[in-house]
Amino acid sequence: MHVHFLDPYRPRPSLVHQLDPRIKLVLTLSFILTTALMPQGAWPVYILLLAVMISVVLLSELGTGFVLKRSALAFPFVLAALPLVFTGPGPSLGETMLGEWTLRISQPGLERFLSIAFKSWISVQAAIVLATSTPFPQLLVALRAIKTPRLLVAIFGLMWRYLFVLADETLRLIRARAARSGVSAQGEVKPGGSMLWRARVTGGMAGSLFLRAFERSDRIYMAMASRGYDGEVRMLPLPALKPVHWVILGAGMVLFAVLLAIAYLL
Amino acid sequence: MLASPVPMHIPDGFLSVLVSVTLWIVSVLVIAYALKRVNADLDERRIPLMGVLAAAIFAAQMLNFTVVGGTSGHLMGAALATILLGPWAAILVMTSVVGIQALIFQDGGLLVLGANIFNMGIVGVAVSYAAYQLTRTLLRDTRRTVLIGGFVAAWLSIFITSLSVALQLALSGISPANIAIPAIGGIHALIGIGEGLITVSALGFILAARPDLVRNGMARPVGGKVVLGVGLGAALLLAVLSPLASAHPDGLERVAEQQGFLSAARTPAFTMIPDYVFPGVSNQNAATILAGIVGTVLVFAVALGIAYTRRRKPTPTTEK
Repeated sequence: MHVHFLDPYRPRPSLVHQLDPRIKLVLTLSFILTTALMPQGAWPVYILLLAVMISVVLLSELGTGFVLKRSALAFPFVLAALPLVFTGPGPSLGETMLGEWTLRISQPGLERFLSIAFKSWISVQAAIVLATSTPFPQLLVALRAIKTPRLLVAIFGLMWRYLFVLADETLRLIRARAARSGVSAQGEVKPGGSMLWRARVTGGMAGSLFLRAFERSDRIYMAMASRGYDGEVRMLPLPALKPVHWVILGAGMVLFAVLLAIAYLL
Repeated sequence: MLASPVPMHIPDGFLSVLVSVTLWIVSVLVIAYALKRVNADLDERRIPLMGVLAAAIFAAQMLNFTVVGGTSGHLMGAALATILLGPWAAILVMTSVVGIQALIFQDGGLLVLGANIFNMGIVGVAVSYAAYQLTRTLLRDTRRTVLIGGFVAAWLSIFITSLSVALQLALSGISPANIAIPAIGGIHALIGIGEGLITVSALGFILAARPDLVRNGMARPVGGKVVLGVGLGAALLLAVLSPLASAHPDGLERVAEQQGFLSAARTPAFTMIPDYVFPGVSNQNAATILAGIVGTVLVFAVALGIAYTRRRKPTPTTEK
């Protein structure tokens, strides 16, 4: 079994997929920044933002269901903002009794909580579209275009290249552990020793994974050195951007600026 | 799958723009310095090593063990990376791990990536380094000391990182400090034990099989004193600041209010929830909603139009 399912890239013949990765990265980051800069509770503009996002998802032909399912990833974190609902200032919207506590639902708190949840949800969608519509090597090109240091990009690239190899390695370790550990058919018999023992086993697996990674990196270095690697990371020059790309970039920026202006001025 | 159950990767939308941008700047400066340091080492072998180890840390996060009931412990890896690679390379490795998690797996946001790198990459590594080195200096440098140092480093890295996350959330006005800090810190004081146990067992395994690796990692960390100082400082500052902030949330909240609730005050046109009725909508707001709906329909129409014209053409589909 291989863990290629880890790669989120989904090839589609869509316009979003064909867009230059540099433009896509900058537009995604600007969209997320625009979302973050929105004042809270500007619901009509939020709806417009959502509309822009859904249009991009539709254009990308990734499937709205797919994007929605993936975007649920960020939801557990919403818990961190939940106290806002009860501790915010301002008029109360009602009280709930929870055991001995009386929870007072604050109206600005609730509004702020919903704004945060919405912003987070929509930003995650933008990131999902970027990751699923752009092959990773192209993202690396985009990262270089926005002046990420070469060495860092090289480490990113190597990490990506060996991520799947090491994830396979990990799966083999996990399978070996599962094969050696009996599971009782009776539910009440707990499998696998004490917690300390389980942690020890897992730690041993992690240690063995690290050793294998060390040894693999030695072999990789040898292979690179024999092909002329001298410590310098060389990369192909970036292809020039076409005028149409600049137009798309400009249009996107204008759209974001207009949305921000509506939110603040209206 | 790879989604971390630990609320350590902050998603977008949870930190105020000011906090995100500040931490981006700090992270970029530290990464630039770390790159310089690693380059100064002139050991070309380290580049593939860092890439593959970053992948290993990512993959090692798939390893988990049952703690109680449905919860499971797993690895963040900052302490292990620091002990094996030294602080500067570990910062780069953790930056790569956190960066790829955000870029590819949406584990953590992009605008707040600077903050996530700061928490897990910089604070985590600096604290681990300080704890590990101090333990080894205070006790005699034996095999057992390495293991004790590893446990302390791993536990502290998780705990202090979580305090840093909680403080940033409080500063952004997301969670009140008196709730966020005890809650997040308390959970991670427990999760840290899992991290510590795994780190110690992994170190024990590596010490038995390749003791040279553990020695090499800390052999000559250039500028190690700086990291030690920063790590110690960060740990002490956060450890002192957090109970203070948690006991007197007013100060933090005032900052948060100025940042967060101010923007609410700035836009009275959008207070769609009037004081007297919650679901009710006044006329003026109905108009803005209508405008929103019209705008939405327009945007949709354009998007669907473009999609439709493209659908007509038989395009070669490369299904996975």
